[in-house]
Amino acid sequence: MLYIKCPHCGWRSQNEFSYGGDATVKRPELGKEVSDQEWDDFVYNRKSLRGKHWELWQHLSGCRQWIKVERDTATHEIFKTLKANEEIS
Amino acid sequence: MQKYSIFSLMKNAFSNHEKWDLAWKDPSPKKEYDVVIIGGGGHGLATAYYLAKEHNITNVAIIEKGWIGGGNVGRNTTIIRSNYMHDDNALFSEFGMDLWRRMSQDLNYNVMFSPRGIINLAHSDAQMNVYARRGNSMRLNGIDAVLLNREQVKEIIPMADFSENVRFPIFGGLMQPSAGTARHDAVAWGYARQADSMGVDIIQNCEVTGFDVVGGKIKGVRTSRGDIKVKKIGLCVAGSTNILAEKLNMRLPIETHLLQACVSEPVKPVLDRVVTFGAGHFYISQSDKGEMVMGGDLDGYNSYAQRGNLPTLQHVLTEGIAMMPFLSKLKMLRTWGGIMDMSMDGSPIIDKTHIEGLYLNCGWCYGGFKATPASGWTFAHTIAQDRVHELNAGYNLNRFNTGYLLDEKGLGTKTWIS
Repeated sequence: MLYIKCPHCGWRSQNEFSYGGDATVKRPELGKEVSDQEWDDFVYNRKSLRGKHWELWQHLSGCRQWIKVERDTATHEIFKTLKANEEIS
Repeated sequence: MQKYSIFSLMKNAFSNHEKWDLAWKDPSPKKEYDVVIIGGGGHGLATAYYLAKEHNITNVAIIEKGWIGGGNVGRNTTIIRSNYMHDDNALFSEFGMDLWRRMSQDLNYNVMFSPRGIINLAHSDAQMNVYARRGNSMRLNGIDAVLLNREQVKEIIPMADFSENVRFPIFGGLMQPSAGTARHDAVAWGYARQADSMGVDIIQNCEVTGFDVVGGKIKGVRTSRGDIKVKKIGLCVAGSTNILAEKLNMRLPIETHLLQACVSEPVKPVLDRVVTFGAGHFYISQSDKGEMVMGGDLDGYNSYAQRGNLPTLQHVLTEGIAMMPFLSKLKMLRTWGGIMDMSMDGSPIIDKTHIEGLYLNCGWCYGGFKATPASGWTFAHTIAQDRVHELNAGYNLNRFNTGYLLDEKGLGTKTWIS
């Protein structure tokens, strides 16, 4: 069982959250000419790191806010959580 | 190589089974090979076997970080089927079914292929329509499919919940009678033994640490047991695909996720088919030892842990008990997890890459085990001929770029997030 510290609600079990994937993926800028390769990278291609991984979770059965979580994908240890609008340092 | 038969079994009984030949050797890596296969799982071993058998390429090494057959081929729920709707998946899988039927004779190794049939249960009229459509597509591709109504399903699996007041009543199901199960470890060992006998070096405890790429061409591979010169490398590493791709500066449409499975205590024979729950994601069969073999959803987040968390297991088994209430009386014997190479459209990739001499085999999602022979056969062809076979033409890497996805479930991208 994972326990995730929601920056809004505090410690909660993983049952209350749903997963949203890699938090470092950035959508190509609006209004800019986007190549197929850039779009492909944004939509499909992932690093899927082994080790520390910044990812999005939604506190679906709680405050319903999206949050950022830094978690180790090999040990499942969680290091840090941020609000969605906070920058990853 | 010693042939396995009733006679060799009797002969060795007189020496207390102490004088059997080793099934495969334990060589040190040579300086140079024609082809190196990275990953000694089912697909890697099968690829090496078909390279030797179909293409006479025997100067081949399989490099495995751990021990052969220790990954997903030793951790799956052993289901073999070809009940796909789309042509690319159906024809590829059905080609594999033919290889499964001949495998024990072909490999001189009893893989215990048991074509007991698979039933996908339907729980609404709409789902029956969808199954009818898929069944028709299968039959057009020469695959056996039978649409069963509620009474017919009840006759085959009376232990399922057919009471009136259930949340997901059984309306019927789609059966592929020729589908089944096999002994998963035997598949890996059978391929390993035959590949070894034809001259393939199976090198275990050998980790890949890097690649030598010069001018867009593969020149060699660096390992924990020395550098190896090679012009062609086949990557068959399932859940570790992204780790090796990073060493090649490649980003792939793959995420590594955790999938759990479990077996109950052994009980007397009760279920002689493979059955899947249609209102969720749960599949079950009974092993020859009597254990109920079960699996279902991914844990749902990127993971390389090879061990799961309880909430998903609880969720999966809740579905199992909804389908077959007697399961609640059984004790759990073992649970385990493996890491899956989840592709973005749910279909695999067997293709060349932009690096000359580097071939990619990944993205097997939930269905890697059943694809073992067809994957090995087509990947061997792709490597040996330096071009894809028509059977794996649909499994190209380029489809994500062009938008020609192979979306069997019709769920769009990232089919595991649902």
